[in-house]
Amino acid sequence: MRTTRNLLGSIVIGMMLIGAPAAMASSAEGLAPANNSLSDIGSLQNGAKLYFNYCSGCHSLNLMRFSRIAEDLKLTEDQVMQNFNFSGVNFGERVPAKMNPADGKQWFGAAPPDLSLMARAKGVDYIYNYLKSFYLDPSRPLGWNNTVFPNASMPNPLWELQGLQTASFAPAHGDQPAHFEKFELHQAGSMSSEEFNKVARDITNFLEYTAEPAALKRTSVGIWVLLFLTLFTLLAYFLKQEYWKDVH
Amino acid sequence: MANRLTQAASGVQDWFNDRAPSFLPFYRKHMTEYYAPKNFNIWYIFGVLSMVVLVNQIVTGIFLTMFFKPSAAEAFASVEYIMRDVEWGWLIRYMHSTGASAFFVVVYIHMFRGVMYGSYKKPRELVWLLGMLIYLVLMAEAFMGYVLPWGQMSFWGAKVIISLFGAIPYVGDILTEWIMGDYLPSDATLNRFFALHVIALPLVLLLLVVLHVFALHEVGSNNPDGVEIKKGPKGNRWSANAPADGVPFHPYFTVKDLFYTGCFLLICAFIIFFAPTFGGLFLEHDNFIEANRLVTPEHIKPTWYYTPFYAMLRVVPNKLAGVLTMFGAIAILFLLPWLDRGKVKSWRYRGTGFRVGLFVLAICFVWLGKIGAGPGTDPVETIIGRVLTVSYFGFFIFLWVYTAFGFEKTKPVPERVTSHD
Repeated sequence: MRTTRNLLGSIVIGMMLIGAPAAMASSAEGLAPANNSLSDIGSLQNGAKLYFNYCSGCHSLNLMRFSRIAEDLKLTEDQVMQNFNFSGVNFGERVPAKMNPADGKQWFGAAPPDLSLMARAKGVDYIYNYLKSFYLDPSRPLGWNNTVFPNASMPNPLWELQGLQTASFAPAHGDQPAHFEKFELHQAGSMSSEEFNKVARDITNFLEYTAEPAALKRTSVGIWVLLFLTLFTLLAYFLKQEYWKDVH
Repeated sequence: MANRLTQAASGVQDWFNDRAPSFLPFYRKHMTEYYAPKNFNIWYIFGVLSMVVLVNQIVTGIFLTMFFKPSAAEAFASVEYIMRDVEWGWLIRYMHSTGASAFFVVVYIHMFRGVMYGSYKKPRELVWLLGMLIYLVLMAEAFMGYVLPWGQMSFWGAKVIISLFGAIPYVGDILTEWIMGDYLPSDATLNRFFALHVIALPLVLLLLVVLHVFALHEVGSNNPDGVEIKKGPKGNRWSANAPADGVPFHPYFTVKDLFYTGCFLLICAFIIFFAPTFGGLFLEHDNFIEANRLVTPEHIKPTWYYTPFYAMLRVVPNKLAGVLTMFGAIAILFLLPWLDRGKVKSWRYRGTGFRVGLFVLAICFVWLGKIGAGPGTDPVETIIGRVLTVSYFGFFIFLWVYTAFGFEKTKPVPERVTSHD
């Protein structure tokens, strides 16, 4: 009887432990979920392709090696070296930005940050929404602004795909500051909005991978560890019962 | 065959007995002839679990030091090197980071258990004091470990916590500079915290844990009924002089602890493999950005296990008073054995006032923890935080008044322990 109560107690404590992060991890409100999946290798490969074509000119991935990307994304050395490596570094080296950071600072006002860990620092939803939220703003030096990161110095690298959008704001009202209402497509891009959502999602997915390459195998190892521990705990339980059966 | 094996085993035993006659009695005293009350319940596993976590921290910590670079220029990248390029480095690192939080989970529950069942009361005051010292050292150890990855929260957390010493009149500024070895947390700070984290404090911690267990074994364990089994009848299956309600620690509690350790490891493994950042609670988002003294994070907050005290610091308007309140909240726990004058140990037989008070204390602590983890900008929350802080201290004052002036109506305590698994 007491054993059952103890077991119930451990389950309750366990559930509290597991429930806590869900309760604490209230991501920034108003962000659409990225819904990306690290187990979708096609999405990761497409994300990598998009990343190297549209992002790697300015942003480095200082913590990622080309060889590791090839290994994890099931690509050959040739595929990676010919399609991703525009800087001519070795296969085993880390991914640099094509642009010199000092130039970046001069051109954009701030050096484009390294993106290796961005998904862990900001969250995947942030990146997904950021990529979709550029709009034309003539008041900005480069004519671009972003509702997720207001006054970001980065122009929209994906505008040819997404098209150009403008943002409409509700005017300031009393002590309420002006706030964003909706985007309007000003000039269509080469993709539909569904197709572009996939672009944003795949890039986000790739960046979630670069933030933690171990995540690809972490869960598959974890299942075996949990199975082993379940078996171990079960045996330990029977051992305990055996010893304790004659304690009165 | 069996005969030959037994002979060989007793030969080895004799060999040791001849050379170190005190080893076997020592083993018996602490293992096979340490009689623990048979009515231990699930609250009594957290001492062993904290020892399991301590071993985990030491072993994984040793492997981390093989690759970690204790310099401001290299620390952040070396942690990511461990996460990416070192074989199984990510696992070792997650075991260490999850272990740090798990340590506080089990220690907090272990302490709460002590209060529930009056384990700090005579004759176990020394056990409680040594345990409190462990808790203090553990907080310092965890704080310094948190600085090492040199992320934004490492840097700014260190800056805020170290600046607390600046509130001390006259010597405050010199003291903070002396601790950091600089005007800001810097390479020198990181390097010395590394030394303290990997060798100085772990040595102190290990010594205190040994003393804590020895002190416990001198007086014997308390139990959920708060009955002194040593004062009860003598004689059990194993010894005529041992307490009748006692069971040898080994093998009975070792197998029991093995089972609960398995359950505990299941939970830990789930976190390590499926939610290692624990939603930003165990590894914070801002700590994946390298330390930058020119960019202040939006919300600087310590890791979850300090947030109840951090909340107290923040809701008190004066800095020095806040620091005193915060340290006072820990210091008052040291005095618990003398504040509580009640003779009945377990809450099972204590007055309703004690049970309600303890419940309120637990709520205050958890709620303050939630406030301390938040941005601290809500004025209503600040007022709630003040009420909770006063209630936290109120529990101890209430407990003293309640027990010293005979307000507590206790129930009769049974002569023997009531039940067991």
